[in-house]
Amino acid sequence: MTRLGLYRALVVVAAVLLLEALCLAGVIDRITMQPPHRILRDLAVILWSGSQNAAIAKTLTNASIALGLALVIGVATAVVLHGYRALRETLDPLFATYYAVPVFAFYPLLIVLFGLGDTPQIGIGFMLGVVAVIVNTLNGLDRVPRVLRKAARIERLGTLETALRVDLPYAAPYVLTGAKFAVAYSLIGIIGAEFIMSRGGMGYEISFAYNNFDNAVMYPLIVLILTVSIAINTALSFWERVLLARRGL
Amino acid sequence: MVSGAHVSLRGITKIFPAAKAGEGLHALGPVDLDLAKGEFFAVVGPSGCGKSTLLEVIAGLTSPSAGTVEFEGRRIAGDIPDGIGVVFQEDACFPWLSVEDNVAFGLRKSSLEAAERRRRVHDVIGLMGLGDFAASYPAQLSGGMRQRVCIARTLVRQPRLILLDEPFGALDQQTRLLMGDEVLRLWRQTGATVFLITHALDEAAMLADRIAVMSARPGALLDIVETRWPRERDSRVVERPEFGGITARLWKTLREESLKTIGRAGEGP
Repeated sequence: MTRLGLYRALVVVAAVLLLEALCLAGVIDRITMQPPHRILRDLAVILWSGSQNAAIAKTLTNASIALGLALVIGVATAVVLHGYRALRETLDPLFATYYAVPVFAFYPLLIVLFGLGDTPQIGIGFMLGVVAVIVNTLNGLDRVPRVLRKAARIERLGTLETALRVDLPYAAPYVLTGAKFAVAYSLIGIIGAEFIMSRGGMGYEISFAYNNFDNAVMYPLIVLILTVSIAINTALSFWERVLLARRGL
Repeated sequence: MVSGAHVSLRGITKIFPAAKAGEGLHALGPVDLDLAKGEFFAVVGPSGCGKSTLLEVIAGLTSPSAGTVEFEGRRIAGDIPDGIGVVFQEDACFPWLSVEDNVAFGLRKSSLEAAERRRRVHDVIGLMGLGDFAASYPAQLSGGMRQRVCIARTLVRQPRLILLDEPFGALDQQTRLLMGDEVLRLWRQTGATVFLITHALDEAAMLADRIAVMSARPGALLDIVETRWPRERDSRVVERPEFGGITARLWKTLREESLKTIGRAGEGP
């Protein structure tokens, strides 16, 4: 671990210890929040008993589908847009202002269209994640040196093969940046939608526990969501660093 | 047309369309030229005279506005013909691939058996003196070594025509001389026809059998100088007394053209 990484870890540990001290001292009362060691113990109990397995599986499955769709459709859209300048210039302002749009406002509409199942939630997760993938992939594709495209033509690569073998590998670090955003956004989308209206899932369980003052469920599930999101982002960041290191960056 | 010419250019002209309504930019031509099989041909010319455009037309990367290019008797029209390799001035290594994978990239469509493919890749890597760096990534190599990777990726396909677009432009003088020796060695070994674009007169005089001098834009061939060097040669030809005569003749033609490009044509000593 680098010195900077050590400092970052120390900041996190210090914050958790402070929270623990405040909870144990009664500055933060038990109804508001459990001390962190209790939260971890409750999380272990939940995972061991399997009481929330269905909710966890539903949320993570839906988030994975939303993320997968955002990645595949986002990357494919970026490749197509990169090849059609006029279309790209038409849509660029929309991408720039996209995150000013409250996507959750469309949730009722999606429920009307698709019913109160998984589809509207996946739709929200996808809608939140896909533009981050498109924008970052386009950023990477814009940086592909012209000489590599000439080299691709000399190697007699077709349009699709050039995209798959030259453009996207070159843009991979930027695609990964988009993927990191998409992981967070798709989880936010799924959990948020479950929060608003759902028949299950981690967001629904957190909301249910919140309404019933059930801290033994609410905080552990929040910690689990944080852990999953941070773990995936850390893995993608590591991969991104490996790719950049190979390029001397 | 010269009978049996390996590459034949007839009336090659390139006019780039204007950004706004009006006349386009006449960049090149008309150019008529024949290259013999196995010949080492160089082109020198002032900046912006259309040297690289000429190379791209021969490679099939750019379509001429008028004229025809034939390679091995077949007209090049809108596609990249098999048997042509290009080494660019800019770094064209794929940065996400190791040296070995970069070189093997050139064979990915080959019908060769995997073992034969590996052997050929290793042979070319060895030929280019990159044996100890096969697993390295381009970012870990010097500029000269990266250019050698690009040459290796070109050579592994065993092209019959190699187009070099100022391949040593970004290298220091000593490395350029050494790379020149390597290119001469590879040219002899492969028997390929080589077409070199360069702005360095000494480089052209050292490497080529014939050197064409291009005019300022629109680029046309003003003079073709024969060096008459033996096929077995290296960078030590610069020591020969006739070397100075060749570069002097090139410069005599080129000086006025270079002055034109900076708006000082007709200036005396």
